[in-house]
Amino acid sequence: MIVTLNVNGEEKSVTAAGWESLLNVLHDDLGLPGSKGACEQGECGSCSVILDDTLVCSCLVMIGSCEGSDVTTVEGVADGVELHPVQQAMLQSAGVQCGFCTPGFVVAAKHLFDHNPSPTAIDIAEALSGNICRCTGYGAILRGLETLAADGRPQ
Amino acid sequence: MTTVAHRVAGRIGESALRPDGIPKLTGNFAYISDLVADRMLWGATRRSPHAHARMTRLDVAPALAMAGVVAVLTQEDVPGNPRFGQVEQDQPVLCDGTARYWGEPVAVVAADDPETARLAAAAIIVEWEPLEPFSDPEVAAETEGQVIRQIRIERGDLQASGSIVVEGIYETATQDQAPLGPEAGLAIPDGSGGVDLYATTQWVHVDHSQIVDCLGLTPDQVRCHPAGIGGAFGSREDISLHIHLCLLANITDRPVKMVYNRTESFVGHVKRHPSRMEYRHESDDDGKLIKVSARVVLDGGAYAHTSEAVIANAAFFVVGPYNCDNVEVDAIVVRTNNPPTGAMRGFGVVQVCFAHESQMDKLASTVGIGPVEVRRINALETGDRLATSGQIIEGSLPTRRVLDALESIPMPVVEATDDPRLLPGGTGRTTDPSSVKRGVGYGLSLKNLAFSEAFDDFAEARVVLTTAGIEIHTAAMEVGQGLVTVCQQIARTVLGIEKAAVVFEDTSKIGSAGSTSASRQTQMTGGAVHLASVQLLEKILIDHDGDELRDDGVYRDGQRTATIEQICADGSVEQWVRFQHPPTGEVDDKGQGNPHAGFAVAAHRAVVEVDDELGLVRVIRVDTAQDVGKVLNPKAAIGQIEGGIMQGVGLAVMEEVVVDAGVIKNPTFTDYLLPTFLDAPSIEARFVEEPDHWGPFGAKGIGEPPTISSTPAVIAAIRDATGKDLTRAPVRPQDIVGL
Repeated sequence: MIVTLNVNGEEKSVTAAGWESLLNVLHDDLGLPGSKGACEQGECGSCSVILDDTLVCSCLVMIGSCEGSDVTTVEGVADGVELHPVQQAMLQSAGVQCGFCTPGFVVAAKHLFDHNPSPTAIDIAEALSGNICRCTGYGAILRGLETLAADGRPQ
Repeated sequence: MTTVAHRVAGRIGESALRPDGIPKLTGNFAYISDLVADRMLWGATRRSPHAHARMTRLDVAPALAMAGVVAVLTQEDVPGNPRFGQVEQDQPVLCDGTARYWGEPVAVVAADDPETARLAAAAIIVEWEPLEPFSDPEVAAETEGQVIRQIRIERGDLQASGSIVVEGIYETATQDQAPLGPEAGLAIPDGSGGVDLYATTQWVHVDHSQIVDCLGLTPDQVRCHPAGIGGAFGSREDISLHIHLCLLANITDRPVKMVYNRTESFVGHVKRHPSRMEYRHESDDDGKLIKVSARVVLDGGAYAHTSEAVIANAAFFVVGPYNCDNVEVDAIVVRTNNPPTGAMRGFGVVQVCFAHESQMDKLASTVGIGPVEVRRINALETGDRLATSGQIIEGSLPTRRVLDALESIPMPVVEATDDPRLLPGGTGRTTDPSSVKRGVGYGLSLKNLAFSEAFDDFAEARVVLTTAGIEIHTAAMEVGQGLVTVCQQIARTVLGIEKAAVVFEDTSKIGSAGSTSASRQTQMTGGAVHLASVQLLEKILIDHDGDELRDDGVYRDGQRTATIEQICADGSVEQWVRFQHPPTGEVDDKGQGNPHAGFAVAAHRAVVEVDDELGLVRVIRVDTAQDVGKVLNPKAAIGQIEGGIMQGVGLAVMEEVVVDAGVIKNPTFTDYLLPTFLDAPSIEARFVEEPDHWGPFGAKGIGEPPTISSTPAVIAAIRDATGKDLTRAPVRPQDIVGL
């Protein structure tokens, strides 16, 4: 089937089996490898994207259900070469190590701050509890994002 | 005129930012699983459904007949050595007629797309005659041919005895490294019989030698390239898909890519050895150790992997960072048909640390002193002898300072809450706040740094100055730990030039950097970069009559004597070195000798809250002090410490590969529980800086200690909260409730 969707502000048409995952289409067909496949069960959040304003694991979304949808991937979070505040915060706080989970954290954190400009530490932890990081122990990610919360909305 | 010492940004001691940080944050960093090549095929693996079975039929014809399938390979297609292994070549590249673990590769397929490859792998006909698996390591220990290595240590007077005796039997479960990036590789044939491989690894040179051997090629025909990988923690220390991909690429003469799914990843890499440990500590009336006796059994799985080195670590660190003159150890690692085990962060020390720390707490409570006091009065320090091998501790080992630093961290003030997100039961709202009990526990650990037991341990690095800045050439694996940043910082600091880039080279361009493991790369590759930079600086200053190098040239007394262009008149100047740590030795038949190059100590204090009606635990705080030698990058060091602690917390309260008759029952992230953001304790860390006798600027490796003593600290805290005698890691709800 042919599916037309809007990815990071650009309209894309893809030919795919309807049961293929949005993750596979993004990663392998649309040249957007930022979203990562790590568990393919919706447990780790490495493939997180924003689908019509909802944070989803793209490995659990069938492409056939995405007709006409707006998708924001990690590649669409920065404004050109200007990092988004959540990216800048995670860079400065050393919230990135191996980086395989990082795209998912960036997308989930952007979604959080889009909806809650001043989350508390436990709000941040809860909002990002669907994203597994095996390197950092989450501390540096939290410290980075807390600086944004103190400043209010990261825009 | 006044001269101001020339300083560049991003020197050692600063929290320089990762050079790969922005690509990783924007999705532009290329991991191996993102690589593609023209005419690329996809590989898939057919695996054994039995932990132990004889193969009675193997027919690949149905797979080969499928449209889009290009090759199907079995053990008969291996042109060179049919077995591999970095220590002992005992593992068949593909099943040799007997499957010895669940998930052992039987055949590999290359096809036009990943779906066809997997369907073809499933279409191969394989029939089996199941055999009884060796699943009990204690039975294997008594069985001819099942012992991988046995170490006997006898030191001092084995008849010595103390007035206080405490005994215990402890167990730790199998832990998975669970790196976020699954195993992945891309092999590209070079058109003349050779191959280039990009694959998840911690040591390209040790992969290279095994691939060359199994493919029957000459060393120059295989090039293993460092490439982007999503974590490691020991799981990439042994071969997974490397030989399979090179075989497929050479036989099809097309690039072949393979990416394991999560379940394959669980069966496709070695895990932390499960253990059973019997301990007896004897002390005087004041709690000073007189004798320690221990028996340690590790389950090595079907093949040797690095088990010989893991059991040595378990044996030599059986007492921990304590003085004791009389020690008797029997340590054994055996072959079974359980999942393959090998390297994981802490490498044999994690298991014994849980046991020796549980024993020290038991000793303290029997003697009637505090948990920190018993550790302080027995503390091993520089100039003392390691309790097991008798090796005199050289370099720094500030054990008492580490304990003092930990105690100087204020105990957290945690207010009672009814926010379910902060309660043991979480948002399931299962925990009644009034039933929450709090406990505090301590852990102290000792870990060897770099490779031991006379291993020829070295790292090569080549530091090059061009008009564009410094290039650091190395074959070391950056797996996320931040070696790339530290190498830049070391070269900048020595050479006084800010622009520094690390060039990760394949095996044909530079010699080995050794493995990214054993907490060794900051000291080893960092040491090589330091040595090369120092020698390059000397050469430049002599050649251009200077006393200082800056971004724009050589200076003497503040006056420039040569520009960078003049220094690099021939294009570049460089220094290529091979760095080695102080020599280590073999031990004698009683385990006596000097097997280790250096040591580090770490201390942890955990605070937990337990719902003892439901057996639920929330680790609310883990504080730590760590002997780091010298901090090279504070934020990166904190990241290693916090990340390492989380893996220790995971082993304490949730992480367990559940194995039944050799079969993994939970090989997914749904069923293998990993600590999430909501499980993360707050952590305060203190560095104890006392420069070591080797390593750049006195720095020690820091990667493993955080994982080692955090586990016993958390479990001690749960004991403190519940009064239960918890002898197994992880602690499960039924262990607390007493079902």
